[in-house]
Amino acid sequence: MAQTMQFDLVSPERALASLQASAVQIPGSEGDMTAMPQHAPTITTLRPGVLKVESPEGNSEYLVTGGFAEIAGDSLSVLAERAIPMAEMTRDQMNTLIEEAREMYKTAKEEDQPHGLVEDAAKLLADMEALGTHMSL
Amino acid sequence: MPSLKDLKTRIESVKSTRKITKAMQMVAAAKLRRAQEAAEDSRPYAKRFNAVMAGLAASVGGSESAPKLLRGTGSDQTHLLVVMTAERGLCGGFNSNIAKLARHKAAELKAAGKTVKVLTVGKKGRDALKRDLGSDFVGHVDLSEFKRIGYANAQEIAKDILTRFDAGEFDVATIFYSEFVNVVTQIPTAQQIIPASFEAEEGESSGAVYDYEPGEEQILADLLPRGVATQIFSGLLENGASEQGARMSAMDNATRNAGEMIDKLTIEFNRSRQAVITNELIEIISGAEAL
Repeated sequence: MAQTMQFDLVSPERALASLQASAVQIPGSEGDMTAMPQHAPTITTLRPGVLKVESPEGNSEYLVTGGFAEIAGDSLSVLAERAIPMAEMTRDQMNTLIEEAREMYKTAKEEDQPHGLVEDAAKLLADMEALGTHMSL
Repeated sequence: MPSLKDLKTRIESVKSTRKITKAMQMVAAAKLRRAQEAAEDSRPYAKRFNAVMAGLAASVGGSESAPKLLRGTGSDQTHLLVVMTAERGLCGGFNSNIAKLARHKAAELKAAGKTVKVLTVGKKGRDALKRDLGSDFVGHVDLSEFKRIGYANAQEIAKDILTRFDAGEFDVATIFYSEFVNVVTQIPTAQQIIPASFEAEEGESSGAVYDYEPGEEQILADLLPRGVATQIFSGLLENGASEQGARMSAMDNATRNAGEMIDKLTIEFNRSRQAVITNELIEIISGAEAL
């Protein structure tokens, strides 16, 4: 299929990618989904995971930690809190991220915060750890 | 009438002052470019974020179950003013303009019988407001250790503000920062962040009806705290660019003033040197005539 859509990956600090993609696999908070051109307009939140982009020029992968994705037929924008190209990812960075998540979980538990923040932090930690094993760096 | 030696020393000291201000101007110019780039890089995110939020807020906003961050607490008794300024001075009216706006707003609110609380970001704003609003300070964020302001800094500030909001410490939060227009113009701006208000850009919100996963309200509850961080982040970046711009033009003025002063002092120095020579000649001539 030659069809493509405009794909944008932006983080608060900079725009990371803007290209034509044929399919993008998104780590949605309720499960992974793959968006292709002419997908129904959808907005979903992200969980920490790997974003896989397939484009005619080649495939690329990014690690994202939360944020959301906006799918609108012929375009897809991913707004990630933090996004790192997989190629630049190292074990050390992953460990830092896991450590951060663990720290957050700890403080959330100690302070007994409302809004289910404790569960959120626990989930984040679990996601992060799973990600670390998955990547097997 | 200062002696020749005095004049010489003064010229030298003004010259070294000029060197310093010139150097500061050039440093500010380099930093300004970086700050401007950072501000521009963050714009796509903020723009899209606001577009999505505007759509969400429009569809959920009216309902009773809308999150507090969007709907407000139902009162506007206690106001939190988040005053964001620079950590350093010598940047013209930058810090005092922001402080002035915040002071004005605080006075206005107090006159209307509201309670005012102040959270300062950046040392200079704290110093400027200490006398008038010192008793209303509830906290201070120090960014002097950070060379480059990142999203993490904004998240920290947002977390602090949200914790206070959840604890019921205030009803309305407003951030104060300086909007960067160009090197000579920076506009001190006040922007309300809680309850959130999102302005949809023309022609963007109208469009496809989205599926939401999970539900609209969960997404909104997830995104609103991020929205606070995003707004603070763009405020911080605008501030960063404004600060360098203000410093650049202030230092440019200072360099020019120093140049003018050097010219004036040099003329004075040459005149008095000539006066001394003329005096000596007159003495010699009149001495010769007396013989």
